[in-house]
Order: sequence, then structure tokens, then C-alpha cells
Amino acid sequence: MRHIISILIENEAGALSRVSGLFSARAFNIESLTVAPTEDASLSRMTIVSTGSDDVIEQITKQLNKLIDVVKVVDLSEAAHIERELMLVKVRAAGKDREEMKRIADIFRGRIIDVTDSTYVIELTGNGSKLDAFLEAIDRSLILETVRTGVSGIGRGDRILKV
Amino acid sequence: MQLTGAEIVIRCLQEEKVEYVFGYPGGSVLYIYDELFKQDKFKHILVRHEQAAVHAADAYSRSSNKIGVAMVTSGPGVTNAVTGIATAHMDSVPMVIISGQVPTAYIGQDAFQECDTVGITRPCVKHNFLVKDVRDLAITLKKAFYLAKTGRPGPVLVDIPKDITNQKCEFEYPKTITMRSYNPVVKGHSGQIKKAVQMLLDAKRPMIYAGGGVILSDAADRLVKLARRLGYPVTNTLMGLGGYPATDKQSLGMLGMHGTYEANMAMQNCDVLIAVGARFDDRVIGNPVHFAEVARKIIHIDIDPSSISKRVKVDVPIVGNLPDVLDELHKLLEASAGVPDAKALAAWWKQIDEWRSKKSLKYKQGKEIIMPQYVVEKLYEVTGGDAFITSDVGQHQMWAAQYYKFDKPRRWINSGGLGTMGVGLPYAMGVRFANPKATVACVTGEGSIQMNIQELSTAKQFRLPIKIINLNNRYLGMVRQWQQMFHGNRYAESYVDALPDFVKLAEAYGHVGMKIERPADVEPALREAFTKHKNDLVFMDFLTDQTANVYPMVAAGKGLSEMILAEEL
Repeated sequence: MRHIISILIENEAGALSRVSGLFSARAFNIESLTVAPTEDASLSRMTIVSTGSDDVIEQITKQLNKLIDVVKVVDLSEAAHIERELMLVKVRAAGKDREEMKRIADIFRGRIIDVTDSTYVIELTGNGSKLDAFLEAIDRSLILETVRTGVSGIGRGDRILKV
Repeated sequence: MQLTGAEIVIRCLQEEKVEYVFGYPGGSVLYIYDELFKQDKFKHILVRHEQAAVHAADAYSRSSNKIGVAMVTSGPGVTNAVTGIATAHMDSVPMVIISGQVPTAYIGQDAFQECDTVGITRPCVKHNFLVKDVRDLAITLKKAFYLAKTGRPGPVLVDIPKDITNQKCEFEYPKTITMRSYNPVVKGHSGQIKKAVQMLLDAKRPMIYAGGGVILSDAADRLVKLARRLGYPVTNTLMGLGGYPATDKQSLGMLGMHGTYEANMAMQNCDVLIAVGARFDDRVIGNPVHFAEVARKIIHIDIDPSSISKRVKVDVPIVGNLPDVLDELHKLLEASAGVPDAKALAAWWKQIDEWRSKKSLKYKQGKEIIMPQYVVEKLYEVTGGDAFITSDVGQHQMWAAQYYKFDKPRRWINSGGLGTMGVGLPYAMGVRFANPKATVACVTGEGSIQMNIQELSTAKQFRLPIKIINLNNRYLGMVRQWQQMFHGNRYAESYVDALPDFVKLAEAYGHVGMKIERPADVEPALREAFTKHKNDLVFMDFLTDQTANVYPMVAAGKGLSEMILAEEL
């Protein structure tokens, strides 16, 4: 099953490699990993999407907790949560495609953030499947470049991950 | 007062009451060695290879429960140390390794003797640090010692660039340390412990399975108390030998791949199993699917939550420090009105005694060729069962584990997890430094001993009267045994040709050498070594049966009850 694991980790050199090294050394799967400092600059927040049986996910959280720099670990997918991913897509937008591309971007609540004679850069946020759906909806041959951040997640309501 | 980084390193080691630092100097640690030269509060033991420094510090710790300390230089100093660090890590041994690094401005420039120490060692340490500011040095070393010993112990490495050791700052050694990201559990969950007590009392076929955690946490006395109170059978893992007295009637001996028939059968057929500081390793329970075929309740006490339900699902997990948990368990047991089911227990012991009567460790000693098992049995007799025994890795390791009956913890020093050949001699050195009056023997083979043979020189320099018991069968015995059993007798590269004359070799290093070729000479030679040559290092080269195999055996991937016994062949 797919799980979204959130980690608070000391914002120190090499912290990321301790986490990614753990996943590769123990043959755990990573679908995506995002990391950035929090409002407290001494802490980084990491979101990892992984798939595995309940036993594997249990081992993943235990092994993450065992890392000395890790302050807290939460499996967001255990309860109500929100996940979002940001995607930037550069598309060919010339002639008849130009209006159509704008229309589809609007349907998906995307924003066009860069415009040239023949291209758009469209910014899109949502969960992974929405971003996938957008890519499906537009003509593949018009896609010049895509970049996705990977999933960030947060618990709903009173579920708070903080030191 | 302002001190240089090098002075700070020395002061921190003194503050931690370090007695010995095992190490090897080099360019990046020269400032540290210069300060080391000017002090006499702790001693430095110069080894002949960095791997041996780490092994010696490791055994110093294993045999004393103090923190072992090793110091190496950057680049090859570190890479040579890696095997030692990984060995300690797999067996959860508390150690601090200090490594030199190229100056901060050179890091990443492919400088002379540079390597990414933190990167290379990261998967085989409990934690590691690169010190980038001399003002962080003291607190980092404090953290290293704290991390090494608390929670599940392990090696911690501190990498110090050369320029840091020559910069000055105000020195103050922190008395205590707290880390928001690190709070190991000590006390076990009392509700879980209560459940465990009830489960133990309800057992019809109980079994106590005790691992290396019992030794590491100094919980042997508590384990004995618990086992005696309940009257239940106890088996020890390879790492747990000595955690429960082997000569006690409740002891079933070692379990696992080369465990006794009775230990493995009882492990497989019990209805309530309490695992104490053990981790259901593949060499211990064999195939986990086969193990799970028999329904049983499992209680698992361990300080590391990730060891619980890793290979085997357990019913009552208890995370905590063993002595604390066992005390609580014992207290609740005393307070409880329940008693073990005497009738069921008697029937269970009757079954165990039947298994015991198979005498799975028997072997035949003839008049012509020395059997390796016989040498270990005689070693046990001659040393009164009271020696510190280190071993290397292979057949001799298993024979030492099977035939030397360890009654006390910290007497059996071997590489169980990583299985590192070459640890035996440096281990014996470390043991002797930690226990300066103790009798120390290293049971080894002609393959393993040659992996760190250079340490005969260190042993001479520090006059370490180690007795090397070389079970010389001219084969890499365990490899040969597997080739015989599973690879159609094709002995690929397992015959060791062109062996040195070990007697002359020992003599060349200034030690005593003995060659023993006949069974009748085994005991007299051992007596001579341990009495007449009490204060010498004696290299005893026993020419043993070339084709002796280690039995009983659970083949890799098989179940615990699918044992191969010697008599079945």
C-alpha cells in the first residue's frame, strides 16, 4: 500500500543522505522525497512516499526513528491528511493549440506563469493523480518539459507534527 | 582557558576516563598525537594495522562494558578501520572512533589521503560527525560517548579535519547532554510486562531464548534469577553465550544453525517463547516460514523497537532496557498469585531430556588424528572454564562455542553478526588490556589467523601472554564443509597451500611456538602453555582432522527441526 511518511529531522549537513541511505540499504522503496527547512531553521521537514506491506512500513518508521538526527516520524496516511504536489509544465503553445492549452489549464486551475510566442509554462498544484490527469488531457506531443516536486503532506485539523 | 583542538581531544578522552586508545598515527592526526605524547593519563596502543586497532578497542569494550576508543588517520586509515567498525556495529558494541580528516579547505578537492569518511562509514555506525568548527569539538565528543553507550549501543565516529586540531577555542567539557532527537526508552511498558507475566505462567511448553543483549546490558544475573524462579529451559544465541551459565541444568546450550538438537527442537516446539535481547537472526531461527508453522506465543524484550517484529511477528513486544524490564517482570511475578503449571512443565522437561539423550555434540577421538572438538574440550578443562576466549570466524568458532562451556558473561568474544575473519588476535589483545590478569586464549584457524597475523608484533611490544589455539586443518574449513555438503565436493579455493611454519613464525616475532600433531599430546601441551609459559604468548599449532565437520547443522533456508546430525551421515 502507498504511505506518506512525514519526518522532522535536524537540519544538518548529511541529514538527507542518512535517510536516503537507509532506504537503499534496507531495500525500501521511495516514490518521492521532498525536503526543506521549516519555520524553525534548525529543523527540516521531509515527506516520503513509499509503498510496502504493513510490516515493511512498520520497519520503515522504526528504522527512521532510529536515526539519531530524526526528531519525529508520522505516517500521514494513517488518518485524515492533505497531500499536494507542484508541477511546472512547459508546453508548445502556438497557433490553434494556444487557446486550447489555456482552456485546459483553466479547467485544471493551472496558472500560466511564463509566456513566449510559442510556449507556455503552466504551474499546477494538486495531488499526484490530478497532475497525471492534466498530462493525460493535453496533447503529449506538445509537452516540452515537466518538473514535479514530489508530494508534500500535512495532517488535517488537530493532527500537528511539531517539536 | 584557550586550548587547541588537539588538546581538546585529549582532554575529552581524559574526562571520559579513557584508559586506552588503540590507534595508528598519520598526517591528519599529527597534532593530536603530539598532544597525546605530552600526557600520561591514558595509554596509546600502537597496533600494526588500523583494522586491528578497531577490533582491539571493540574487544576491550566487549570484555569490560567500558567504551572502546580507536584513533586513525584520514583516507586509508579510515578505510582500513571500516571492517572493524562494521564488525562492532553488527554486534552493537559501544565504541568511539576518532579519525583525522584533511584540512577543511581541502575537503572535496581529492586531497592526499582524503576520503569521504562520514559517507563511507554512515551505514556501519550508530552515528557519525564531521567537526567543522573547533568550538563544536568538545560537545561533539561528549555526544559521541553518550550515543555509543546509551540505548542500543554501537560505534560512533568523529571525523576531525587537521586544521581544526590546530585552532584554539575556550574549552569546557559539558557534564551532561540532552538531544531532542534522541531519547532511548529505559523502562518497559508495565501493561505489556503484566501481559508477559500472565503468558509465562500460562505456558505449558515454555522457552527462554537469550541473546547478546543480555551480555551488553549486564542483565545476566537478572536472567538467571528469572529462569530459576520459573524453572524454564534457557537457550543462548552465539552472542549470548555466558549470559546464562552453560553448566546449569536448565541450559540447553546454544541454538541455531549449529545449535544443539535439544535447543532447536525446544525452540521450534515451545508454546510460549520469551526472547530476551535477541533478534531472531537468520542463523538462529533458520527459515522464518518454517518457524512460524508451529503456533506459539512470543514475548520479545529489546531496547531497539526495530528489532521487534522484524523477522518474526511477536505477541507481546516490550521495548526497554533489559535489566529494568527483567526487574519489573520479576517483581510482578513475585506479586502474582499464579505459579507455573508443574505437571505440564515436568512433561516438557521429559521431552527435552529425550532430545538431550541424542547427544548431538558427540564425536569420536581416535588415537592418530586430533579432532578439533577435543582440543576445545581440553582447553576448557585446562583453563578451568574460566578463561576469556576469543575466536575468529569459521568451523573453529562454532566448535569453541559448542564445547567451551561459558558460565560467565563477557568471556566469549567473537564476531557474530558480521562474521569477520581476522578478529581473534586483536580481540585477545583488547581483552587482555581490559582484564590485565586474565587468562586469554584465541581459538582460531590457519585461515583466519593470517588475516591479522601482523599483530603478533603488537602482542610482543606490550607483552600480552595470549594463547593462540590454531586448529589447523589446512582448509578454509567452513567453506570446505559447505562445498562438501552443497556443492558436490568441489573444493574451490578452500585448500590453503604454502602455509608458513607457525612455530618459526611465532619465534620470529619473539614468541613461543608449539606444533601438536597427536591426540595424546594435546593436553600436556596445553598444560605446558598455560603453566610454564604462563607469561608468554604461545602459538599452538594443532594439526587437526582435515575433514571434520561442524554438527549438528541446520542448512541455510531450512527449518530448525530439519537438523543434520553427525550420526546420520
